[in-house]
Amino acid sequence: MRSLAGVEDEDKWLAEGIAGIQHNAFFMHRALDANNLREVLKYSALMLSELRTSKLSPQKYYDLYMRAFDQLRQLEIFFRDESRHGLPVVDLYELVQHAGNILPRMYLLCTVGSVYIKSKQAPSKDVLKDLVEMCRGIQHPIRGLFLRSYLAQVSRDKLPEIGSDYEGDANTVMDAVEFVLQNFTEMNKLWVRMQHQGPGTVREKQKKERNELRDLVGKNLHVLGQIEGVDLEMYKETVLPRILEQVVNCKDELAQYYLMECIIQVFPDEYHLQTLETLLAACTQLMPTVDTKIVLTQLMDRLSNYAASSPDVLHEFLQVEAFAKLSNAIGKVIDTQLEMPIVGAMTLFVSLLTFTLRVHPDRLDYVDQVLGACVVKLSSVPKLEDARAMKQVVALLSAPLEKYSDIVTALTLSNYPRVMDHLDDGTNKVMAMLIIQSIMKNDSCISTADKVEVLFELIKGLIKDLDGTDMEELDEEDFQEEQNSVARLIHMLDNEEPEEMLKIICVVRKHLMTGGSRRLPFTVPPLVFSALRLVRQLESLGGDIVGEDVPATPRKIFQILNQTIEVLSSVPCPELALRLYLQCAEAASDCDLEPVAYEFFTQAFILYEEEIADSKAQVTAIHLIVGTLQRINVFGVENRDTLTHKATGYSARLLKKPDQCRAVYACSHLFWVDDLDGIRDGERALLCLRRALRIANAAQQMANATRGNSGPVTLFVEILNKYIYFYEKGNPHITPSDIQSLIELINTEMQSDNGNTTIHSDPFFTSTLRYIRFQKQKGGLLGDKYDLIKL
Amino acid sequence: MVLVLALGDLHVPHRAADLPPKFKSMLVPGKIQHIICTGNLCIKEIHDYLKTICPDLHIVRGEFDEDARYPENKTLTIGQFKLGLCHGHQVIPWGDLDSLAMLQRQLDVDILVTGHTHQFTAYKHEGGVVINPGSATGAYSSINQDVNPSFVLMDIDGLRVVVYVYELIDGEVKVDKIDFKKTSTTNSAP
Repeated sequence: MRSLAGVEDEDKWLAEGIAGIQHNAFFMHRALDANNLREVLKYSALMLSELRTSKLSPQKYYDLYMRAFDQLRQLEIFFRDESRHGLPVVDLYELVQHAGNILPRMYLLCTVGSVYIKSKQAPSKDVLKDLVEMCRGIQHPIRGLFLRSYLAQVSRDKLPEIGSDYEGDANTVMDAVEFVLQNFTEMNKLWVRMQHQGPGTVREKQKKERNELRDLVGKNLHVLGQIEGVDLEMYKETVLPRILEQVVNCKDELAQYYLMECIIQVFPDEYHLQTLETLLAACTQLMPTVDTKIVLTQLMDRLSNYAASSPDVLHEFLQVEAFAKLSNAIGKVIDTQLEMPIVGAMTLFVSLLTFTLRVHPDRLDYVDQVLGACVVKLSSVPKLEDARAMKQVVALLSAPLEKYSDIVTALTLSNYPRVMDHLDDGTNKVMAMLIIQSIMKNDSCISTADKVEVLFELIKGLIKDLDGTDMEELDEEDFQEEQNSVARLIHMLDNEEPEEMLKIICVVRKHLMTGGSRRLPFTVPPLVFSALRLVRQLESLGGDIVGEDVPATPRKIFQILNQTIEVLSSVPCPELALRLYLQCAEAASDCDLEPVAYEFFTQAFILYEEEIADSKAQVTAIHLIVGTLQRINVFGVENRDTLTHKATGYSARLLKKPDQCRAVYACSHLFWVDDLDGIRDGERALLCLRRALRIANAAQQMANATRGNSGPVTLFVEILNKYIYFYEKGNPHITPSDIQSLIELINTEMQSDNGNTTIHSDPFFTSTLRYIRFQKQKGGLLGDKYDLIKL
Repeated sequence: MVLVLALGDLHVPHRAADLPPKFKSMLVPGKIQHIICTGNLCIKEIHDYLKTICPDLHIVRGEFDEDARYPENKTLTIGQFKLGLCHGHQVIPWGDLDSLAMLQRQLDVDILVTGHTHQFTAYKHEGGVVINPGSATGAYSSINQDVNPSFVLMDIDGLRVVVYVYELIDGEVKVDKIDFKKTSTTNSAP
């Protein structure tokens, strides 16, 4: 038995076969040189007898066949030249039929036959018919397949196709088609029969060997696809039905799968479109083990590409109702092939969706229909766990996003969220991120509260902890990236209409508040600023909107903001909350809402007192409190006094002396605001500066005591600059002599600091003095003031 | 000739989703030698993005930056110019030129770059320059009502610096040019 033989044996047999061919070819060539027809026929028949072996695998047999094939080319050249052998080709055709063995006889006959057709002494269709019939004499699968493959090859350029030399009169393209179809049918039968030979133990090996031979069979379909003159009519009426008949009836898994693939690849797109029904019907009749989904996927991919190739072809798709037909076929395949893994079904849906997005971009109902079918399928199986299937579902959900580049379209698909519900938590998040990225990439604006509601439902995996999510397992960096994406997304939710915008803010707030303490620090700030933007918009609309009955008022928004930030402060996240309170306070001041602004300040102060303990954080917080308070103009005297008093008090109680000093001199600006009316309390501004000076002195002494030197004079120079500032602004309590004595103080400090006579230069002090000289030189009103200061 | 990009107060993602695409397409790698950023980025993604434009990146800390490694202020020398960088929320009153001038004297710099107000400004002041590149994303500001996205490119060449300000107004990028020359007297007492 060949199949049981070892590789070494096979190599030996192949070597023997090749030796046999070479041996006889040698004598054949001698006879060819001598133009000795009898000898030629004798040795060529002997040579071809080597192909009668049953011992070789297809691979090795192919090797042997190719050796013989090369020799046959020489033989054909000899046959063609009547002057060399002296016989008319008709006689030659008769003569070779006397060869003893059928296989050599058939090879010789095919070779002469091709010469015969070329000579045009007989109609090509008769010769072809004769040959294709006579090849039936070889029923051994491998030998038969190679012989018929030889026939196909030598006849390829002699078919009576349109435009060829052999077409005309009695020879039509139909004859060419008939010949190839017949050869194909016979070859397929031989090929299928291979499967049924030998015991079960060698089945796998046989399957592999058969697979190696498939292109011999498929070659016929390629030829059919290339024959000039096969029009749609002929394809529809003859070619396709005949091929499919063979495909369906052979009931062989390997053949069916391979040949369907071949059909889809070989024939033109428009033919597929016009025969869609027939093709799809065949798909549903294939053996249950055939991977129909790949066949269908390939078909849909081809049709999708065809649709994308030109807008002119789209009407063809509508005409044949391609979507409905494909959708039906897929439904049938999924329903009948129960053992098809879920990933298979998902792949089919992805292909169908791709198809409809390309062919019918305007039919959102088709998209929703595909997603709906997907939901039905997903609901019929237990929890989706196959990673590959999950990937397909993600592809399914991503396709509409890419196509419409506008998330709003996807938000109208009722089945979209239902598909998302079937994803596991991890994939759900991936999908949610893709949705957000799509919005960002396309700069889409989501402008109604309803759509925002749907959107947040879709991305809920990012918004809150889903049941069973193990927070421990989450990667911190991924988590931050996700939450930052949500934060960015909030800026894409926008509506010009204040009332709708307020609704949007409320919807967003409702969802974000479910996020828990880890998410709020990311999501609250963008929400707050979104609301503050709305406040500013309302403010710019002016007095048009008045009264408590109008929903969107700054007062109402501030209420929401207050509650929102309060949640953040209890996370706890006091530093961030304090900053947001201050932003709100200033916005409230701009809206002339004194009590609201005061409330926000109170909240900020409470946080400062109770929650912010880190000394560095305190310094920054004081900067922000004083900076904001300095700008606010809504407060009456009483409220302002309370707040400035508090702020100055905090400043003086900072831990480090230099921080204290700086904060206290900054507070001087709370009492002297250049552009506001009424706040010109020069005396209290000066008090701040004097206090700062005392603290600077204390800092200096402390440094002396602990480090042995007083360190740089920076603080004094800073205060000097503040004196200059208020002097320029016209604070009557600051006199030239104040400034002069401060300069002297600094000079003294610098000398004592050095402990020797060399003058230490402090760049800050130097540039401050330079500034005073600069102003003196410049003259004018300010110059006159500076002239009073003696350096 | 050295190109220095100055920008800041992006406030991503607190107040803006991202830089305007028109700015992004202008800010390509390989053209800019230094970036000075006035802070409030606020997230690492923006830091990484700026690094792709130019690896020589100098950032100071804004009040919304979480990255504690950013300093409060920073000085650096580019060519003949000494530059000072500070976010500006520390300088009260905010955005006040006279108070910024004090910081300029303190840092002893020719060019002081600060942010915080989200309002582009460039002043010649006592022989030096005070620049605020505004907010690169046009982020909401309690200080300014109408914020347009803006950034600044400084072309430093010898004793001359040309400040180009790019502002996005109604979807169009507007460019303004301001010329400054450093006088040799700046650093020597008269």
